[in-house]
Amino acid sequence: MATVSRREFLKLTALGAGAIGVSELGFDLAQAYEVRQQLRIAGATESHSICPYCAVGCSLIAFTRKNPDGSVRLLQIEGDPDSPVNEGRLCPKGATAMELANSVRRVEHPLYRSPGATEWQTVSWDFVLDKIAQNIKASRDRTFVTTDGKGDTVNRCQGIAFAGGATFSNEEGYFASKVLRGLGLVYLEQQARV
Amino acid sequence: MTNHWRDIKNADLILINGANPAEAHPVGFQWFMRAKLDPKRGPGNGGGAKIIHADPRFSRTSAVADLYLRIRTGTDVAYFGGLINHVLLNNLYHADYVKNYTNASFIVDKGYDFKDGLFSGYDAAKRSYQTASWAYELDASGFAKRDNSLQNPRSAFQLLKKHYSRYTPEMVSSITGIPKEDFLKVADLVGEMGRPDKVMTIVYAVGLTHHTTGSQLIRSGAVLQLLLGNIGRPGGGMNAERGHANIQGNTDNALSWDILPGYLKIPRPGQATIDDYVAKSASKKLDPNAWNFFGTNYRKFMVSLLKAWYGNAATANNDFAFNYIPKPAEDSSWLTIYDNALQGKMEGLVLSGMTAASIGPDSNQVLAALSRLKWLVVMDPFPTTSSEFWHAAGLAPETIQTEVFMLPATHWIEKDGAFTNSGRWVQWKDAVMPPQGESRHDHWIMADIFQRVKTLYEQHGGKFPDPLMHLSMDYHNPLRPELDELAREMNGKDLKTGKQMATFGTLQDDGTTTAGNWIYSGMYSDKGNFSKRRDGIQDIAKNDPTGMGFFPNWAWSWPLNRRVLYNRASADLDGKPWDPMRPGIKWNGQKWVGDVPDYPPKLSPTDPKAWLPFIMTGEGVGRLFSNSLLDGPIPEHYEPMESPVENPLHSSVSASPVAFLYDKAAGRPDRFGTPDEFPIIATTYRLTEHEHYITQQVRLLVELQPEPFVEIPEGLAQEKGVKNGDLVRVRSKRGKMEVRAIVTKRLGPLQVAGKKVWQVGIPIHWGYVGIAAEMHPERSQHWLANALTPFVGDANSRTPEFKAFLVNIEKL
Repeated sequence: MATVSRREFLKLTALGAGAIGVSELGFDLAQAYEVRQQLRIAGATESHSICPYCAVGCSLIAFTRKNPDGSVRLLQIEGDPDSPVNEGRLCPKGATAMELANSVRRVEHPLYRSPGATEWQTVSWDFVLDKIAQNIKASRDRTFVTTDGKGDTVNRCQGIAFAGGATFSNEEGYFASKVLRGLGLVYLEQQARV
Repeated sequence: MTNHWRDIKNADLILINGANPAEAHPVGFQWFMRAKLDPKRGPGNGGGAKIIHADPRFSRTSAVADLYLRIRTGTDVAYFGGLINHVLLNNLYHADYVKNYTNASFIVDKGYDFKDGLFSGYDAAKRSYQTASWAYELDASGFAKRDNSLQNPRSAFQLLKKHYSRYTPEMVSSITGIPKEDFLKVADLVGEMGRPDKVMTIVYAVGLTHHTTGSQLIRSGAVLQLLLGNIGRPGGGMNAERGHANIQGNTDNALSWDILPGYLKIPRPGQATIDDYVAKSASKKLDPNAWNFFGTNYRKFMVSLLKAWYGNAATANNDFAFNYIPKPAEDSSWLTIYDNALQGKMEGLVLSGMTAASIGPDSNQVLAALSRLKWLVVMDPFPTTSSEFWHAAGLAPETIQTEVFMLPATHWIEKDGAFTNSGRWVQWKDAVMPPQGESRHDHWIMADIFQRVKTLYEQHGGKFPDPLMHLSMDYHNPLRPELDELAREMNGKDLKTGKQMATFGTLQDDGTTTAGNWIYSGMYSDKGNFSKRRDGIQDIAKNDPTGMGFFPNWAWSWPLNRRVLYNRASADLDGKPWDPMRPGIKWNGQKWVGDVPDYPPKLSPTDPKAWLPFIMTGEGVGRLFSNSLLDGPIPEHYEPMESPVENPLHSSVSASPVAFLYDKAAGRPDRFGTPDEFPIIATTYRLTEHEHYITQQVRLLVELQPEPFVEIPEGLAQEKGVKNGDLVRVRSKRGKMEVRAIVTKRLGPLQVAGKKVWQVGIPIHWGYVGIAAEMHPERSQHWLANALTPFVGDANSRTPEFKAFLVNIEKL
């Protein structure tokens, strides 16, 4: 039996209203796998994403389902067959993107390490955000230069740097640029250079 | 990329340098394979293309290449320079294109010279060039003088010819280690690509950028492409494969010290007004027929940016709040940040999705720098080698006074917004999942911190609070801006009508328009967010009407949905495609059709006032010779800072004479190794199964590639008594790595400058944090590849020299 692509298979099952029997599919393992996957995502919400790894920009389809308690379960991520970039294909990293998305290894709470400490403390968001804001203000005020040695207006903060953002959405990166320049930062960097 | 991923199938010849797409960009590599194998043979359909891979290491890319060249890392200027010489000597260049579409005919200043490895204007004390003599000779109207016969000895064409006459096949072989016969095979294939009915693409990645000569390595490829008439054409171009999901987009958005969104230059001290700034930053019109689009509109783009950022506080009376933008004193890039921290000048550092301890060169020096900060904020979904830096080998946490904050951030699947891929395609994604646990979006964290800082200034005052107070936060919830709102702000609007801009072409410099990032204007007009468009290969005939792979209604690409940059150069002076089988755009008598034209849509090519094709440059043409870089107007081969040989072209100036030497300038001891102690060349790279460091948190990927290693050629392994799987220590002047050896045929000896040299290869992915590190807590203390790499960068961009340095190896 010829291999049926995932998209064709989805059409097939839609036409057959799910009444696909053994006689039609035979015992082809690939087909059995498709059936399993189909059951797995039946009735799920389909959303579109882009692979978070390299910059080929492979389109992903993510299937989720809402649990009775309101939480959302990620069922599956696969390559988007419509994309002119990846045409449904994914590499080992994209193909395991679900494990990055659903991870028990995430940092769960804000953590704080005071000077000289040997351990983290679990703290609240308010605690860290207030302390960081105070640090930024203190460092900014200590290192801000309004006029340089030549008498030129420069309005820059010399004592704070920012680096990151290669997995920000464009709009987050834009917002970061705006806020950081607004604070007077000149030391800005991301992964383009390193 | 000038072009885009799918476009690679349109090429006849694919040169791959400093890249390994089959392993590092495997899904993008399908377009290389289609160029080679697609049964629908024929221009535009792919098929029959040849692939040439020049790389220190034989990889899966090499395995499917028609020619593999083992090249010494960091010597691609010699390789491209040799090809340029071949093309010029044998008149294989695209003559019409070179004459009309490049600055070949432009006359260069009388003072220009190149002698013994130095260009004119060198200041040895400052290790820098005065570049005045690299300019054009101007006529009375301020336009560059030209000689269309290309015979003037000071024409860019003749200077180029003279410069590269030294790059003979013998010289290329002596520098690169590529056998002369192999190089000549490449030269023959490349030489055919100057024909109008042929097209070649050059694809590269950080194997070209990560050198002290990185900018010139890329320019040398671009010069070759201009000579062959391959820039602006489908199947052609200079194509950078970028390595992170949105590194393109966030370069566009200027998370980089030297630019503001849309590649506007950061203002510098001494530019007191916006007019000063524009006069110093915008390119000048150098030919009567040059449109100089960017230069001409620079003020409009800058004023529209300031209006987006400072709203009503930006008025004509206060120069649109121009002085709210900070002006850096010096290069403020990666190396400078850590150099300043080492010197105790940097108090605080915020890292988001980027780990300094792993990603920067000379990790030991970076760890010392982090230890000297007052405070460090890490925003990341996972612990990183930076959030945990105080646990690194050799550091005693109780002595480290850095206050460290670890903020759990959401990641890509928990937020919407767009990623821009290497080919400039801006693709929107949905927020698929709610934030996990207590994690928050990076931009909400930043908005919240910003509001708290602002409140502190309101309560207590402080240094120059005006920019903070007036920064526009015109969002539904200023603590939680929506990415959709920000996408609209980037696009910009007409303040008089309230309508979203449909194009940057109508932006104004009088404060009546906004555009947070002008190159994204047109993405989100009143017709909606075009980056969400999804007309892809489900109906190819309908969605790719030209058959060239543009798919104009799949997502959106900047600028203005143009899929191939500089595409006016894909057609001849009359507007006919150089190759009718592979058109970019063409003039149909009334308008330009095909791709979105990089040209006024209705400007006839035969109009006497028709603009020259490269509308963004002051010259109106592509630059074979350019005074825009700091280390020379024509690419020249210089050795990496650490090299086992002296430069065969000029031993008195062996390495870059202008690369900035941080340790020397700061009075720290020299950290460069010499070949007597460190005789082996090393380079670093990625594996298919990992992406930098985050994949150390993904079990399935750690299972696939569980441990770090060094690839050692068989002959060298024999010399060192190392067998496959042995633990070895790799040392540089700066640090060490202790990892397993993979003894391989993929690497081998090279004959360079009459000397046999070895190269080894080191993947970058491991450190003291992650699943593998937890399995090997002791051994993982010495797994950082960048413990070995040098703290020095490209003369222009200061991109560190990760890809060429010296080590020694011993069996443990």
